[in-house]
This record gives sequence, structure tokens and C-alpha cells, in this order.
Amino acid sequence: MASLTPQVTTPAVPGTAPARPGRPRRPRVWRGVVLLLAAVYFLVPLIASFVFTVKAPDQGFSLDAYGEIFSAEGFAGSLLLSLGLGAATIVIVLLLTLPAVVAVRLGAPRWRPVLEVVCTLPLVVPPITFVAGISTVLRWGPDYLASTPFYQTIIAVQDPGFPIVLVLAYVVLALPFAYRSLDAGLGAIDVRTLSEAARNLGASWPHVLLRVIVPNMRSAMAGASFLTLALVLGEFTIARLLSFQTFPVWIYTISGAHAQVSVAVSVFSLLITWLLLLALSSAGARQRSGS
Amino acid sequence: MNGARVEFRGLRRRFGSTVALDGLDLTVEPGELIALLGPSGCGKTTALRCLAGFEQPDEGEVLVDGADITRVPANRRDAGMVFQSYSLFPNLNARDNVGFGMRVRKTPAARRHARAQELLELVGLPDVGGRYPHQLSGGQQQRVALARALALEPRVLLLDEPLSALDAKVRVTLREEIRRLQLSLGITTIFVTHDQEEALSMADRVAVLRDGRLEQVADPATLYDRPATPFVAEFVGAMNHLPGLLSGDQVTVLGQTLPVEGPRPAGPEADVLVRPEAVLVVPDGEGEGMVVVSSFRGSTARLRVRLGDGAEVLADVPGHDSARLAPGTAVRVRLVERPVLVSARTATGVTAAVPEPDAVA
Ligand SMILES: Nc1ncnc2c1ncn2[C@@H]1O[C@H](COP(=O)(O)OP(=O)(O)OP(=O)(O)O)[C@@H](O)[C@H]1O
Ligand SMILES: [Mg+2]
Repeated sequence: MASLTPQVTTPAVPGTAPARPGRPRRPRVWRGVVLLLAAVYFLVPLIASFVFTVKAPDQGFSLDAYGEIFSAEGFAGSLLLSLGLGAATIVIVLLLTLPAVVAVRLGAPRWRPVLEVVCTLPLVVPPITFVAGISTVLRWGPDYLASTPFYQTIIAVQDPGFPIVLVLAYVVLALPFAYRSLDAGLGAIDVRTLSEAARNLGASWPHVLLRVIVPNMRSAMAGASFLTLALVLGEFTIARLLSFQTFPVWIYTISGAHAQVSVAVSVFSLLITWLLLLALSSAGARQRSGS
Repeated sequence: MNGARVEFRGLRRRFGSTVALDGLDLTVEPGELIALLGPSGCGKTTALRCLAGFEQPDEGEVLVDGADITRVPANRRDAGMVFQSYSLFPNLNARDNVGFGMRVRKTPAARRHARAQELLELVGLPDVGGRYPHQLSGGQQQRVALARALALEPRVLLLDEPLSALDAKVRVTLREEIRRLQLSLGITTIFVTHDQEEALSMADRVAVLRDGRLEQVADPATLYDRPATPFVAEFVGAMNHLPGLLSGDQVTVLGQTLPVEGPRPAGPEADVLVRPEAVLVVPDGEGEGMVVVSSFRGSTARLRVRLGDGAEVLADVPGHDSARLAPGTAVRVRLVERPVLVSARTATGVTAAVPEPDAVA
């Protein structure tokens, strides 16, 4: 996760702090200790899980559990659904947040705290409250509206093939992360001067946004996208309570029947997430070195 | 490429309680380079931004060749701008930065690149086309920004202190180059600066602003020799106010009689306006003046000399004389024999009204 917010973490590297005379070794020692503790904390469960999945009572070592993942009922469907939801959520949350953050910064800096609070609000609402609200709204469909487009919309957003209602819910949940990431990215460039320079050269506002601001915010947008994707791939409560078969829900469903397979799936999904992280952060790094 | 005539008419703009522009009236002739000069916060940038379309005046209008453009959006205006801060697009190399405007207008890539290269050559950077802004020095970045602003052949060029982030040497070369380019292209140019030397050395005319209003607009020589108001006199160079006695078209000052130039006040008592460089100081044990402060500036040194009657006068002497004229030296003070300006006697003053003239030099 640390590599997601390079602007924040880079200056904080303790090793770069000038060591005070008299106690020169302290920071290094502490760094090692912290690293070790963190490594133990993260790696022990991971290794334990992995060992559990590859240990067969009679043969000793077998990757059967991993093989079973791919043949298990509903694996591909739920994974694709989650990835699709993730992609849709990323697109919508970026389309919503980026213009808003840019507009507030350029046009109404006084409203920035308001936007910040609004975007942070989803963090303080417990998912259970959130989902209760959503299902109440979805159930509310008076009969006299049965033949109207409104009612059909309510039905359509709950299509189990691609539940738009989940996308909407995830967009709300992802707002705080996307906002933070984009706001930090925007703070790193002189948006006002750049957009005025572009306007002066004849660029319309959409052109300024797409050709000037977006290319200079690639790493911030990659960060926002990754956080959103990680959130969607891990979200359980809402999907489960609204009875949609997303990837985390599927893992949960399968875990009752095949303990080993379900743990293997968890390890596998961690691996996918890491690969995506690597891809996104290297995309961000490429942009940084190119600019 | 031909320059346009630019007119500001009664421009007013306030931000909360600060009045940035307070009825600015100014006409810039086609092909002219005009410098907007004034202390910090006097509204220079605001005036320029009103012309570029980044700021809307509360009152008044901006005219380009007689057409009112006050409500035209910034991206439809025919004015190229160079900003004070570095404003190149970090994700584009120098060539694409210069070609940005042409790209917006959908010029084919080959034409765009050729023209960008041409412009980079024009600003003296033929070899940096492939470099990104972070690989360019500050001076190079501002040159590329200038090329970018010229790429669309605008009829007005706006420069908002483009040299202020650069070191002294680069500043001087670059301002000479800007002037040369401007003359060869004949483009109407408004150059914002708070450096009077820059304004005087580059501009056809200098407009001095104060608190959002035009104080005086004139060619550099007139502005320096015949400042219209005390503010201009103090802001552009330093000025001594010496007590003098008028008689006919002559005035007696510090025991010398000099011809008077320009308008004369009614009474016989008047202030004689003398630039520090017109004050001659020679060391003289018998002299009644004494050097109080001396600040060395390389080619010259500025002295503050106390006269016998307690009045003080500023004098610029050649730098190599500063050792002979160290503080404490007794000196004789004379004025250069040439016509002088006089003004009505001010209540306060015998000497320069500026507390510390070094601040404006
Ligand atoms: N966007 C703004 N919001 C509030 N006040 C502003 C704004 N822009 C300018 N001002 C104020 O208006 C006045 C004029 O500003 P302006 O930038 O035009 O000054 P300037 O002459 O360019 O000064 P400098 O030489 O320091 O750049 C200043 O008092 C400034 O504080
Ligand atoms: Mg300014």
C-alpha cells in the first residue's frame, strides 16, 4: 500500500533524516525492528494459509486445491463480475471526482473543505447502515408505479448479471480514497497556471481537462483506481446482504464446503491484487520518469 | 503579423475590500511595446489578466482594434501570454509545448513540428525540441514559453514579469532578445514589470500604475526627465528636492544659478528637482558638506551627503571614487550645469522624499 501514495511516503523515509550526533544508529535499528514486526505480522498468516492449501494428508505436497479453484462452480462468473464492477466503479468515480476537484480548486477554493467533508462522509457511515438504507429504497416501489419507467429502472439496477446498484454503492464507498488521491495529485502541479496557459492557446475546458490535467495526474489517477479496485474486490457486506454473487461472496459461499479451496482462493485473490498493484504503480512510475 | 491597438477603458476590479483596478484608462498603439510599471499590488497583473480573459472587470471594457472583447472567453482571444511562473506543460517536450496551440487548432503534425522548430530557432533554442521542461533551465523554459505564445501569431503579446525568476545576467540578455523579436514581428506587447530599469530599457512607452490607476504614461526619457507627479519622480529613479529661488527663467540653488526648464510655479520659492547623477561631489577639506552614507553598486556609488544647513542630498558618483568619498569625508557639492525642473515648494521637503532610495533603484 505504501507505494500508492509516493508523494506522502517518500519524504518520510527515516533513513534520510540527518542522524544526530551521539545516537547515530538508532533510526536504522528501529527501522529494522519495525520492518521485522510488520513482516511477521503480514507474512505469518500468509505462509500459514499457503502451507495449509498445499498440504495433503497422504502425499505431503499438492497443488490440487489451486487446480480446483478453476473448476469450482461460479469461480469465473463471480471473478468477472467483481472485475466488471470494479472497472465501472473506477470510471464513474473518476468521472465524478476529477472534474469536481479541479473545478473547486480553480473556481471556488472556499468550497474545498465542503467537498472534502462530503467525500469523507462515507468513511464514517457503517456499511450495515448503508446497506439497510439501500434495501429500503429498493423495496419501496408502490404498485401504482408498476408500469412506469421508474419501476423498471429499480428492477434493472438489480439485475444479478450486472447489479448497477452495487456500482452506485461502491462509487460512494470509493469517494474518500479517490478524493484524497486526486487532491494530492492536483496539489503537486500548478493547475491554475497550466490551465490558463492552455486556455490562452485556445483550448476549451474539456480539452484542458483531458489534454493538460489528466496527463499530468496519471500517477494520482492510478492510485485512485487501484484503491477503488482493491475496495471492490474485497467488499463483502453490501454484496452479501443484497444477495449478489461477487467474488468475496463466492469465496465465503465455497468456504463451507471446501475449506482448503476457499483458503487457496484467498491466497490466489491476494496474488491477483498484488499483480494489479504492480501494474498500476509501474504505470505511475513510468509517467513520473517521463515528465 | 501585425499588432493590434489595445484600449483599456475605465477598468475597475475589486476583490472584497481591495481595489485592484480603479478606473484604468490606457491605450496601446499597434506594434508598440508598453511596460506596465508599478509597486507590488498596484494591479498590473490584474490588468493583464483582464486582457487575456482570465479576469472579468466589474466595470469598464477592453477593446482590441475597436472591438469590445470584455465578454469573449479566454480561449477565443487573440493574445499570447507568457506567465511569471514556469508554465510549460510538464508532460510534453519543448516541441509539443510550442505546438500545443496548433494542435488545438488541428494543424497537421508535420506542419506543426516544422513551425515549432522554426519558433524554437527564433528564440535561440534550435536543439531542445525533444527535451522535457524539467530538463531545461529557467531561462530556456521562459524562451520556450515565449515561442509557445508566439506560435499562433497573436496580434497582442502579454508578458507578466517573465524574467523575474531568472538571474541578473540571463534577464538582461533575454530582455534584449524579447525586444529584438518584438520589433521584428511588429507585435503589440504589454510587458508587466516592477523593475524600472527593465521598463526604461525595453519599452517604447512606460505606464506607471499606482493603486489601480494610471499615474503617467510616457516614453522612457520623458518619464525620467519630466515625471508628471511626485509619485512617478520617486518611483522611477530617485529625485532630490532642493530649495531654490526663482528669478525670471533662472533659479538659484546651492549657490549656483541654472536655467529653468518646463513650467514654473508662481512664487519665487521653489523646489528644484535634481537626479542624483546630476550632483557632483568632490572631496574638499574646506567643504561644508559631509558624506553620511555610501552604498557601493559596482559601476557607481550612491552617497548621502549632509549639507551645511542640515539638508541631505543624494549623489551618484563613479564607483572608483567611492574610496575617496568614504563616510565622514568633507566634500563640496555642485550641480551639473544644465536646465532643471522646478516644482512648487513642498511643505516637507528639502531633499529626496523617498526614505530609502535604494529600494527603488
Ligand atoms: N484572486 C484574487 N483574490 C483576491 N485578491 C486579489 C486577487 N488577485 C489580486 N488580488 C489583489 O489585488 C491587488 C492587485 O493585484 P495584482 O496581482 O494585480 O498586483 P501586481 O501589480 O501584479 O503586483 P505584483 O507586482 O506583486 O505582481 C492586490 O492587492 C492583490 O492582493
Ligand atoms: Mg503581478
